[in-house]
Amino acid sequence: MDVWSSLMDGFATALTPMNLLYAMIGVLLGTAVGVLPGLGPAMTVALLLPVTAALEPTSAFIMFAGIYYGGMYGGSTTSILLNTPGESSSVVTAIEGNKMAKAGRAAQALATAAIGSFIAGTIGTALLAGLAPLVVQFAVSLGAPSYFAIMILALLAVTAVLGSSRLRGFASLGLGLAIGLVGIDSVTGQRRLTFGQPMLADGLDIVVVAVAIFAVGEALWVAAHLRRSPLHIIPVGRPWMGKKDWARSWKPWLRGTAFGFPFGALPAGGAEIPTFLSYVTEKRLTKHPEEFGKGAIEGVAGPEAANNAAAAGTLTPMLALGLPTNATAAVMLAAFTSYGIQPGPQLFSSQGPLVWALIASLFIGNLLLLLINLPLAPLWAKLLQLPRPYLYAGILFFATLGAYSVNLQAFDLVILLVLGALGFMMRRFGLPVLPLILGVILGPRIEGQLRRTLQLFAGDPAGLWSEPIAVVVYIIVAIVILWPLLFKLVRRNRPVPASVVPAHPSEVLLGEDDAIQADQNSTRIHHNSHHNKEKP
Amino acid sequence: MTIVVGYVPTPEGEAALTQAIAEAKKSNDTLLVINSSKGDALVDNRYAQEPEIQTIEERLALQGIQHIIKQPVRGHDAAAEVLDAADEHNAELIVIGLRRRSPVGKLIMGSVSQRILLEADCPVLAVKAD
Repeated sequence: MDVWSSLMDGFATALTPMNLLYAMIGVLLGTAVGVLPGLGPAMTVALLLPVTAALEPTSAFIMFAGIYYGGMYGGSTTSILLNTPGESSSVVTAIEGNKMAKAGRAAQALATAAIGSFIAGTIGTALLAGLAPLVVQFAVSLGAPSYFAIMILALLAVTAVLGSSRLRGFASLGLGLAIGLVGIDSVTGQRRLTFGQPMLADGLDIVVVAVAIFAVGEALWVAAHLRRSPLHIIPVGRPWMGKKDWARSWKPWLRGTAFGFPFGALPAGGAEIPTFLSYVTEKRLTKHPEEFGKGAIEGVAGPEAANNAAAAGTLTPMLALGLPTNATAAVMLAAFTSYGIQPGPQLFSSQGPLVWALIASLFIGNLLLLLINLPLAPLWAKLLQLPRPYLYAGILFFATLGAYSVNLQAFDLVILLVLGALGFMMRRFGLPVLPLILGVILGPRIEGQLRRTLQLFAGDPAGLWSEPIAVVVYIIVAIVILWPLLFKLVRRNRPVPASVVPAHPSEVLLGEDDAIQADQNSTRIHHNSHHNKEKP
Repeated sequence: MTIVVGYVPTPEGEAALTQAIAEAKKSNDTLLVINSSKGDALVDNRYAQEPEIQTIEERLALQGIQHIIKQPVRGHDAAAEVLDAADEHNAELIVIGLRRRSPVGKLIMGSVSQRILLEADCPVLAVKAD
């Protein structure tokens, strides 16, 4: 079946009233958690995993996709109106967006963010639909050694490239891999890290781990930092754009999309780096350089398009290779596993209808998001007046209920609490959460590929680099690991240029623009930089 | 002696402030302006922002009134903050603004004004917005 007819079949599935309803619920929930700093799509999908266990997988994934895209839209509203990024991917939006709002152009900022997100999301989803099958065709030819190498790259890249401290990243990754090891080894039947506890023999349920780390950890963290001076929200009417705003926005939208999609698809891309690159590019290309720093519409249009395109990009390796590159994709991958669906290149052939319905629902969700975000942005902003104790009490309740309902074991609640405390400590000490969750989810699969390779080559480790792709990937891994060293050497030999490319976008933003009052819980990936800010 | 006024950036709050200024002028007392928030929501429209506080500051200075402006964010509700401040400064009068509340709304949310009226140890002057 070719892409077009598969996609049309997908639309037929996604457009049934029931699935449309789930898409609607998804985008509404997604926008809500996007607007609220500290709550993200990853946490929401994790919380909903147990609830959706009774649903058709297709409906559940349609809802998850809505949440994922919705989070990207919602984040911009908070960034623009409150100067606090609702999501880590909209940190950059706050720079120009909030200045625009302060200058009385909040409506235009919201409009360019929403329309840009729609256009980027649609192009990104189209690219996903076109590229994913090609990636699959390439991926099915790969053997276990190449898979092992690619997964190693994904883990290392996410750990070493994102976040400001490599040490913290690797600490978090180690924790995740250790959690992933718990249980009976499938090959030898050996018990690993079970501490003689029979309940641990089956391993830790990924749903419980995700809920504990994302929801319980975050709730405890917020509870520990509950009181803060309320911020002022800029009142706004219905978003709209004038002719001039359109003329100034469409190019940044397209450029943002061009940045976002490939970076989202790369193992260590994420949505933060392309938004930053887009901002820098717009700043350089603009015809109104005097407006940058005072509220230039290009500085909102570009990054907002970039983060939505990145969201679509992220789904490409997730669906085609079973390789998650951000937290939400990781939890969605866990959802596949909990439905008994094996993620990986065979997904398109074994679960074709589901995958295409998911992709079709992304188009639909994008349109729904545009429709609910353009007229309703002021309403969404009202969510920020919600007293947070109520909100987090509700989240804790859902987390507990969900964790218990997975296996109906009280023991899972103990695990939930222990891992929740771990999540809290990680936030306290600035450990990024993403490497941990990727470690938990990818760890066992990496192990499986490693063992398959070793079995194929009768235990000879040389088998690990028996495929050309694997060798290339290992070279990239080496570059990623040795990059700081190389960077230092290059710098020593050459005079330092005036503006060194920042290692991490948000750090620079936080440092150079004090106006961004980064909320301590708004951007989970960048906790350490917030710590420095909080303790003067 | 001190006059305590519970201020919120609403018509009722403005009315209370205006009345409190008049009272303070009459008796030549220190005016203590309390604007508090529990601080548990990210956005609280009843918490005055920097420019609003500036305006009040200027207004009070212009009238030549001795004043203190406090914005406690300690997780207490507004009634507790006003009563605390009144106790602490031995206030001779508390000025508050009243707004119309539906019985159901009052049942669910409680009433800050009612708590101040019932629990204050000094006279309470309640004014309405015009």
